[in-house]
Amino acid sequence: MAGNGSGKAPVFVVVQLTGGNDFMNTIIPYTSSVYHDNRPLVGIPQDQVIPIDDTLGFHPQMGAFKDLYDRGMVGIVQGIGYPNSNRSHFRGMDIWHTCEPHEVSTIGWLGRTLRELDPAGENPLTGVNFGVGLPRAMAMPGVPVTSVSNLDNYGLMTGIQSRERDQALDIFKQMYGPAIGAGPVMEYLSRTGQDVLSGADLIKVAPERYQSTVEYADNPIAKSLRDVARVHTADLGTRVFYTSHGGYDTHANEVPTHPKLIGDLSGAIYDFFADLEEHDADDNVVMLVFTEFGRRIYDNGSGTDHGSGGGAFVIGKTVAGGLYSEYPSLEPTRWVNGEDLEHTIDYRGIYGTILEQWLGVEAAPIVNGHYEQIHPFE
Amino acid sequence: MSDNHLALISHLMRRAGFGAGRDELEELSSKSYEDVVEDLLHPERQEDLQEDALKRYNLELSYHDAVQLWAGRWVWRMVNSRRPLEEKMALFWHHVFATAWYKSEHSPTIIRQIEMFREVGMSDLRTILTELARDPAMNYWLDNCENHADQPNENWGRELLELFSMGVGNYTEDDIKNAARAFTGWTFTQPIPLYPFGHYTSEFHYLPEDHDDSEKTFLGHTGNLNGEDIVDIVAHQEASYRFISRHLYNFFVADEPQVPAWNIEPPNDPDAIDALVQAFAENDGQLRPVLRTLFNSDFFRQARYRKVKNPAELVAGTIKLVGTYDWLPAPGQSVGALSGATSIMGQTLMNPPTVEGWHTGHEWIDGGTLNERVNFAVNQFNDLSSPGVRAIVERLARDGALSPDQLVERCLDLVGPLEVGDQTRSALSSYADSVGDVDLSTDQARTDNAGKVARMLQMIVASREYQFA
Repeated sequence: MAGNGSGKAPVFVVVQLTGGNDFMNTIIPYTSSVYHDNRPLVGIPQDQVIPIDDTLGFHPQMGAFKDLYDRGMVGIVQGIGYPNSNRSHFRGMDIWHTCEPHEVSTIGWLGRTLRELDPAGENPLTGVNFGVGLPRAMAMPGVPVTSVSNLDNYGLMTGIQSRERDQALDIFKQMYGPAIGAGPVMEYLSRTGQDVLSGADLIKVAPERYQSTVEYADNPIAKSLRDVARVHTADLGTRVFYTSHGGYDTHANEVPTHPKLIGDLSGAIYDFFADLEEHDADDNVVMLVFTEFGRRIYDNGSGTDHGSGGGAFVIGKTVAGGLYSEYPSLEPTRWVNGEDLEHTIDYRGIYGTILEQWLGVEAAPIVNGHYEQIHPFE
Repeated sequence: MSDNHLALISHLMRRAGFGAGRDELEELSSKSYEDVVEDLLHPERQEDLQEDALKRYNLELSYHDAVQLWAGRWVWRMVNSRRPLEEKMALFWHHVFATAWYKSEHSPTIIRQIEMFREVGMSDLRTILTELARDPAMNYWLDNCENHADQPNENWGRELLELFSMGVGNYTEDDIKNAARAFTGWTFTQPIPLYPFGHYTSEFHYLPEDHDDSEKTFLGHTGNLNGEDIVDIVAHQEASYRFISRHLYNFFVADEPQVPAWNIEPPNDPDAIDALVQAFAENDGQLRPVLRTLFNSDFFRQARYRKVKNPAELVAGTIKLVGTYDWLPAPGQSVGALSGATSIMGQTLMNPPTVEGWHTGHEWIDGGTLNERVNFAVNQFNDLSSPGVRAIVERLARDGALSPDQLVERCLDLVGPLEVGDQTRSALSSYADSVGDVDLSTDQARTDNAGKVARMLQMIVASREYQFA
């Protein structure tokens, strides 16, 4: 049964690593000669890895993450993926977003989840995305989702100053009043306009109320997670947060690029949970960090190309930390297409784990089937 | 009636182009509607844009790998071209033959494909589909380079029939297989890899030794068919005329359901589709007579504000109203800002989400994109010194002082004329009442009161009605 024992509604934070994070350089099989032989350029020397056990270790930039791991808050889901991985970013991300591996759908798994969490669509902040454009994962007709690109300046008419803006918003509200009889599209526009207004109105208290001693770093993922923290700690009823961290498509220049990304991510997640702890708001939050695919086993002399069999993280105070599923076999006979890691657990099982064991929502209708789950909340 | 004539020309320019400022509309209104249509159908009557100066101020345009900037340059062309239908048809075919940069990450071929749509977009279906079949960007996008005599790949063959010409339900799986075999050996010259000088371009290349020369049967035709034969057959099918007609209706006239529903749901206006199909049939698949039929029809003339603007239309149309990016971006402006704006509204040009293209109509709009659409349009009117705002103020100044009702009416007129419902009108009136009479009779009065006019324009472009073309 779902629950966190705190009496608060469970909250779910999704962090999408866009571009295909190099899992083998995140959780590193540092004692494997296959790893070192195939990655003469991007491979991390054994003595720099932060060991987890005798075979696996964190990337050297992930010290902060290791700290959370040592506190038992990080479940590492090894070898997450899906059958017949398609190396297209878009199709890959689409498959993760919609749980429809065979056809193109515009309805996302979190859109379906939000409908279960708030069936009447009463709170436009039940689902909040930070970033430009709504991820397809959150999309579903009739499900209001608030999408924020800049929390401090979010909302309509932000280019108009002070009291004049209030008047402009008032006129907007009148213009977007119920459009009964004006046709379904005009009615849809009205409802959407009103949702944007009320969502912005509700969310603006978040930056006003927020105070913290945690100082986040100055990078995009830290900024986004600080925004999540500001809205979560304002207690506005948000159940699902979504944000993305881009730049992981490291075909080229992986050596300078990837450590910076993974270091920023690690620090931002550490600060985020420290911030929630300071606000006594960490016991009902679980975070999923995922990416659309892992990368090729061997490097290409500059970076790594698209592959399969990646990794995900389930993080939170209520999570039983440790390694879940199995690290994909490094044995060359087991490589997919002779060059990729084979996935060992289906991503839909991880969604199902969170839906049923954390949010208390039946998984099968949302992920389109029954998949093996893990048990990180015991 | 002359006002109605101008309103009709304005409608035509929003649909067949990306809108027009009032000066341009007045100039066009001296001609008959049918003559304006004829000019649109003959872009060669107008000079093409000179881009030398643009490139001088946007140095990145000398470098083909800056694809977002090239998308911005396209929006800049939409704003400034004297051949608006040429750009609109390029956008139309980009919607239908959706090819994205993200798979190849090869910008020169993607940019070249759009140029090709501009060049042949108003010719005939056979020419257009032939150029498409030979297009390196499309060839790679749908894996025809992996379509070999001994190992056919059906991707291109299937989509040619399903998405680019006839539509589901008009051919068999065997037709797909045989179409694919006919296109074996159709590939492209290998571009030199990205590093260190950027991507080289790529050309169509036919490999006779990789072509399957055995007999094939396609839609009742049997022989050693090659790709040209398939295109020739497809380009003369009534199903193709019907399918492309429905696309044209959806793009130019009124929003239809999304393409996958077309073999289930009938068109909104079956008679209109029949008229376009007939024009195709009578003219051997030529586009120009079909577009002439469409723009001159009653169903088109009566479809004012019945379509949700796509982001390119919203951005280019709003920029045309305020007159910035006129010929040259101002110092400090990059045409990349134009493509950035369409992107955050959900339309990254040259990078559609899938081969199905964008979902159009009301699907352009969700909470996030509505927020972006409204803020973008409103922010364009923040600068009182922009040419479009100044021109509107000067026009209004001819009336001396404006009562609140006049302010609403005149501004709605100059933005479209835009037709609005009672709710919008009364909301705008409440703003106008709050500022009272607006005096624009002297320089000082204009300086003092231009802001009130601009605010009225901002409220108008924030409205629901402004989301429609």
